[in-house]
Parts: sequence; structure tokens; C-alpha cells
Amino acid sequence: MDEIDEIVQEFLVESHENLDQLDRDLVALEREPDSRDLLGSIFRTIHTIKGTSGFLAFGKLEAVTHVGENLLARLRDGKMSMSPQTTDVLLAMVDTVRDLLSVIERSGTEGDLDVSSIVAQITDVLEGREPAPAPVAEAAPVAEAAPVVEQADPAVEHEDTTTRRTVADSSVRVDVELLDTLMRLVGELVLTRNQIVRQAGEAEDVEMIRSSQRLNLIATELQEGVMKTRMQPIDNLWSKFPRVVRDLGASCGKQVTLNQVGKETELDRSLLEAVKDPLTHLVRNAVDHGLESPEDRRVAGKPGEGTVTLRAYHQGGQVVVEVSDDGAGIDSDKIAAKALERGIRTQAQIAQMSPADILQLIFVPGFSTAAAVTNVSGRGVGMDVVRTNIEGIGGTIEVESVVGRGTTCRLRIPLTLAIVPALTVECAGDRYAIPQVSLLELVSLDADRASNAIEDLNGALVYRLRGALLPLVHLSDVLGVESDRSDGHVLIAVLQADGKRFGLVIDRVLSTEEIVVKPLGSQLKALGTYSGATILGDGRVALILDVQALARRVLNTDGVEQTDGDESDASAAVTEHLRMLVAGIGGERRVAIPLSSVTRLENLTESVVERIGNREVIQYRGGILPVVRLDNYLGSYSERESDELVVVVYSVGDRSAAIVVEEIVDIIDEETEFHGDVADHGVLGSTLVRDRIVEVLDVRAAILSADPSFYTASDRLDAQLQETM
Amino acid sequence: MSTRLVTFTLDGRLYGVDVNAVQEVLRGQPQTRIPLAPDSVSGLINLRGQVLSAIELRAQLGLPDRAEDHEHMLVVVRVGGEPIALLVDSIGAVIDVDDAQFEQPPDTLAGPSRELLIGAYKLDDRLLLALDVDRAVAA
Repeated sequence: MDEIDEIVQEFLVESHENLDQLDRDLVALEREPDSRDLLGSIFRTIHTIKGTSGFLAFGKLEAVTHVGENLLARLRDGKMSMSPQTTDVLLAMVDTVRDLLSVIERSGTEGDLDVSSIVAQITDVLEGREPAPAPVAEAAPVAEAAPVVEQADPAVEHEDTTTRRTVADSSVRVDVELLDTLMRLVGELVLTRNQIVRQAGEAEDVEMIRSSQRLNLIATELQEGVMKTRMQPIDNLWSKFPRVVRDLGASCGKQVTLNQVGKETELDRSLLEAVKDPLTHLVRNAVDHGLESPEDRRVAGKPGEGTVTLRAYHQGGQVVVEVSDDGAGIDSDKIAAKALERGIRTQAQIAQMSPADILQLIFVPGFSTAAAVTNVSGRGVGMDVVRTNIEGIGGTIEVESVVGRGTTCRLRIPLTLAIVPALTVECAGDRYAIPQVSLLELVSLDADRASNAIEDLNGALVYRLRGALLPLVHLSDVLGVESDRSDGHVLIAVLQADGKRFGLVIDRVLSTEEIVVKPLGSQLKALGTYSGATILGDGRVALILDVQALARRVLNTDGVEQTDGDESDASAAVTEHLRMLVAGIGGERRVAIPLSSVTRLENLTESVVERIGNREVIQYRGGILPVVRLDNYLGSYSERESDELVVVVYSVGDRSAAIVVEEIVDIIDEETEFHGDVADHGVLGSTLVRDRIVEVLDVRAAILSADPSFYTASDRLDAQLQETM
Repeated sequence: MSTRLVTFTLDGRLYGVDVNAVQEVLRGQPQTRIPLAPDSVSGLINLRGQVLSAIELRAQLGLPDRAEDHEHMLVVVRVGGEPIALLVDSIGAVIDVDDAQFEQPPDTLAGPSRELLIGAYKLDDRLLLALDVDRAVAA
């Protein structure tokens, strides 16, 4: 017995359903012989079967349906009218089709079923010959043809029933609405389960605990099972991309190979629907803007044919979908410049951002404009819309890019919308749920540690999380409520949104549980603080925090505060060059560097430092930067022994230098009194910042010490350095 | 033409909403407050697994706040297929009123209630104020 391939399987399932419908339609037709709707519907069904059978080379099936279709066409067009006799032959035809289908299902071929008599009968009716001698009598043998065939091959029949159910029996089409109802009920069950498990945990009764554990297991399995019924492979969505990519490639004059990895990865159907547009957008972007023209690619030493790769996989309860291209990549400097030009971020903010963070700016509303398409290696049309869509379903999006190597957009999507794992926390006596998707870790600080570890960065609270500054936001401040925690103990939920991390200070951490997301009424959706509500184990309602919206709100207002919110852009620019970056250089000494020329702060490793002659340099974004070690230069002693380099990238014109400091301490507004009389080697003077003396660096002298020609023959030096490489 | 209204009181006055808009009436439920929400939305309640917003009708109608110790009642109405709970002082009877008893609100009626009241039914002993449910929950 041949293995019936998938396409035939689908054809069989579909046809079986269609035939059932056909039977009903035909009977109904007898009562309403003039119904054009019914005739149209019957015609379409037979037409579909005919078309597919022709395609699959089932000649007999095609022959039968072909004459049937002719007859139906005439009936439909009113050239013939229904009579009991036509109904009979049509029913007989349906029987024959059914027989043929079951033979195909068993053996994969049409077998030796004879169809000529039914074809002849229909032809008779069609040609208006006198009523066939005894249509009913003739139809009967045809109907009996099936048993004959079955008897001819009893072994197969027997084997079938034992090995597998027939196609029509083994799958059921279910109304999506029914599935949604089931999903909702399972949601309720999960809630009730949570309640019972919680109550049983408090009870002493062993039996009760045992049954609650059993309920727990069953509910979990049921939940998984119901979720599975709604799962569809992502291939359903991807299958149209080869065409999209091909067409788009052709119209942009690019040759593109599309790779798809992880087609079978499954996703809730509602999510599949929701990611359709964003994903299409990303794929189009990758082809249109990501990949270079074949000529440019060859110049860059890449094969002329570009590659777009779609990759899907499960990771940590989420589905990750990546769209990568091996194109030109996105230059974070250009993005930064664009963000500055559009006023999305200030120079100071940009300086503090890593290149990876800067790339995420393409998702900021207002960044993606038509102008960005041409100026910024073409990426970014409607990326904010893509992000909004993805976040709307509780997902996240990030972009990674290596200039010259390509770009990857990575979507993280929850498996399902309805039930999400979450952390429940307390703030001001109220409970809130934070989806685990956004949660990175929890930090608990007792009163002693909290008073030291939480630092004040010019009004903004920060915590040093493994050396990196984590901005802190009090949930009670965000919500405008009064925190009831007064013992100094601090709990921080480290959250991630828009590729940025921040710490949300909460009163208490309660537990992690699976919560069922309930939509909020329209009045509350507009608040943009909560993504929904859920019912907790005790039956009370808890709000689900919308971490993305929260981040956008608090992190943006942070930025505004730093640039003195109320003032206009112009005055912000004026204060800009007065701002100083304060850095530690070891031995308790601190220096201030004017922030206006600081383009970036980087954490690099010692190993990136190379030598040209007796000068130290590092390669940085395709350029070579002279390195100034401030501790050496200013004669301080650095106790730091790690191989991590904290680098201040300082730029003048198109030249940059790397200033190595021990640590970045603060950014201050240089408004305090400047003492120029205690100038020392390499220092312009000193100033007081929060009761500490800070030396103001003579940047020019410092850089000249590392590269005497930095400010003069920059081009020549560059060329010279390139040669030395 | 007669209309059937579910009646309830707020600050000593009698209000009514069309019985067809009302899903059920229940005693006060524990509420979850919603920081940052408008004053009119007093919280969220759990109605057999559904999360409902509770609208403080006193706030909507510009009436003084309910005394702390006074237990409120809930009238659950359906607006646009979405159930919403209205917070009221107490529940009255279901009353059949006749269109002939109806009168538009007087021109002197000002303030927030002007928008929310369709008019008044003149009962024998008092006035029954007909509430426009759609507007009362919108705000």
C-alpha cells in the first residue's frame, strides 16, 4: 500500500466534507428546483473536485465530475430544469465520486472501478434523450459498485481499520469560535485551579492536598491540549514569503535566496494572524533595504545573490522569529545622527547609549520617515508600527546589525495570548502582575545595603547591577500612590523593554503564577499603564502592568528631566557644552571632561588595545583611535586590575580619540565655581562637585600626548596609520 | 407606550435605567483600585471570572461622595456588549412607566447631569430621573 502523500490527504478530507454538503444541497434542490444559490453551490463543489482531480491525475474522477459539471452548468444557467430524473443521476454521480474517493484513500489509485455507465447516464440526460430506461435501476448497480471493489480487496480493508482511521474520521474541522470558548473555559479552570491549590496548601487534609495536586496536573495538561488545538505551524504564514521575496527581488533588481529554518514551529492561530503584517513588513524591508544590489555585493566581496533567512524556534516559553539578511547592515552612527537631527535623543543621551541601544531607535515613532529610507541605509519605514503591533500581543522586537555583514530583526512572541506566566508584586497594598516576558531578575537589598547601593545620579536614582548603572523607578511614584514600605528594604524588579533595562522598585514580591489575561474596559485602556487585568487566587482582581508603556513613559521623562524639561531645545543646546562628564581615574582622583565632544562611552576589554610603534591604539568602527590612559597621563595610580577598559570616545570633527578612565561617575552641569589657579600638568583647573574636588581635564593636551598630530594633519595621519596596518 | 425601568437611588434621588440594559444587580463587591484612572472609575470587580470596571455614578453626576460606612450596590449594565458595573446607593423596584409621564429635563438643569439625563418621569409622589447609560459609562 502506497503512502498517500499529503496533498492527496488534504484533497480527500476536503472532498469528503464537500460531498456531505452536496448531498444536503441536492436534496434541498429537489424541494426548491429553481434555487440558483443551491445550484451555484453544487456546481462550485463539483468544479473544485474536478479541478483538483485533474491536477492529481485521477482520470476517472475527472471524467465523472466533468460531465456532472456540464449538467450542473446547464441547470444553473436555466437551460435545463430539475426533474426527479436529473436529481437521481446527480445523486448517483455523487455516490460514484464517493466510491472513487474511498478507493483512492485505500490504495492511492482509482483502482478498477468502472465509471462509464454513470458518465453515459449523465450524458443522456445532458443531451435531452428520452429518460434513460430506468434511471433508478441503473443508478443502483453503480451504487453497488463500491461493495464490489471492497470485496475484491478485503485484505486491504481489514488492514486499514487496524492501522489507521480513514482520513475523514481522523480529523475534524472545528469552529474557531468553539475553540475560543474552550480556551476561555480553560482559562477559568486555571484560575479555579490556582485558588484550590492555594487553599489546599493551607489545609492540613492530606486527601485534599492529593486531589488538588492531581487537579493541578490535569488542568495543566488540559490547558496544553487546548492550546495545541489552536496551534498552527508558522509555515502557514511563511509559505507565501518565497513569492513575496522573489517578486520584490525581481522588482528591485536583486537576486535573493530565502532560507526558512524551523517551519514547523507552532504558534497560536490568533498570534499567527497578528504577526502576519509585521513579519511581511520585515521581510520586505530585508529585501528592499537590507540587501545591497548585486554589484555592490560583489564589490564588498560577497556573492551577488543575497540571502534572507527566516528562523523560528521556541525559547523559554516564547516563540522567537528572526528575519536576517546578509546585506549592508545598519550603521549606528548614522542612526545616532538621524536621531539627533530629529530631536528624538539629545547628544548627551546618545553619548551614554551603546551602539546596540542606538540601533533600537529605529523603532521610535518619528524616526521612521521617508527621508530615513534614503539616508540611513534604507531601514526603518514603519518600524514603529511593527513594534506597536508586536507589543500589542505582548511580544518584543529588537534589531542587531553588523555593518557590512547584515541585519537581524528578532521578534519574541508569547505562545498564547490568553494565559501568561507572571510575577505578582505588591505596591501600596495593591497587587499587580508583571509578565515574566519583561522580567530579567529580582534584586533584594536590605536597609543597610540599600542606603549605600542606591545612588543618586543628578536626581535620578541608580543601582549598580554588576557594574552597570540601572536606572530605578518607584512603582508608587509612577502610579501616584503612597508606598507602605518604610523599613528601608528595597526590592527591585529588573525589567527589560525596548531593549532597555530599568529597575522597578516595588514593596513586596508575592509569587509567580500563570495568569489569565482579561481585557480592560475602554475607559482604562487609554491609560496606557495596564495591559489588562487578572483574577488572583483569592478572587480579587489585579492589574497587569504594561511594562513597555511604563518604560516608554518613565525612561522618556527621565531624558526630558536631564535636559531641563521646560526649556526650549535651543537653551538645552546651550547648556549642553557646559555639562561635564565626571570620571574616576584611580587614587580617589576625579576629572571632568566636557560632554559636548564626548560621542560615546564604551566598555571594552584590554585585549582590543593594539600598538603602532610605541603608541597604543584601538580599532573602533572602522577607524583607528589613539588611546590616552588618563591614569598614566595624569600620574595617578589605578588599583583596578580587571581587563575591562572604560573608554570615553572623544571626537573633534571626524577624528576621535579613546580616553581610558577607571570609572564613569556622573554627569554634572558645570555651574560651580571654577578654580583656575591650581592648574597642574594636563589639568585646566579644578572645581567642586558635591564637596569633592574634580580636576578639569585639558583634553587637548591629553590627546596631543597620545597623538601629536590629532588636531592638525588628521587626514595624513589616518592614511599613515592605515599603511602601518 | 410604557417602558420598564430598573430604579436605584443616589444621594436621596430616584434614578432609572431601561431594564433591557441591565444584566443583573448585586451587592457591593471587593474592588481593586486603579491608580491613575479617572475619578469616575472607582475600581475593578470580579464578576464570576469576568473583570468589570465599576463606575461611580455619584462622581459622574457631580453628587457628593458617598459616606464611608455606606455600603453600595452594583447595577451591572451592558453597553456595546461590554458589561460595566454602576455603583449606586440602593436598589429600588422595577417600575413600569408610561411615555405620557415623561418630560425633557428643564432648561435650568446644568452641570454634568445635563448630559447624562434623558429626562424625568413624573411619578405620583416623586420624580424618576432616566439615566442615559451609554453616556454615563463613557466619560
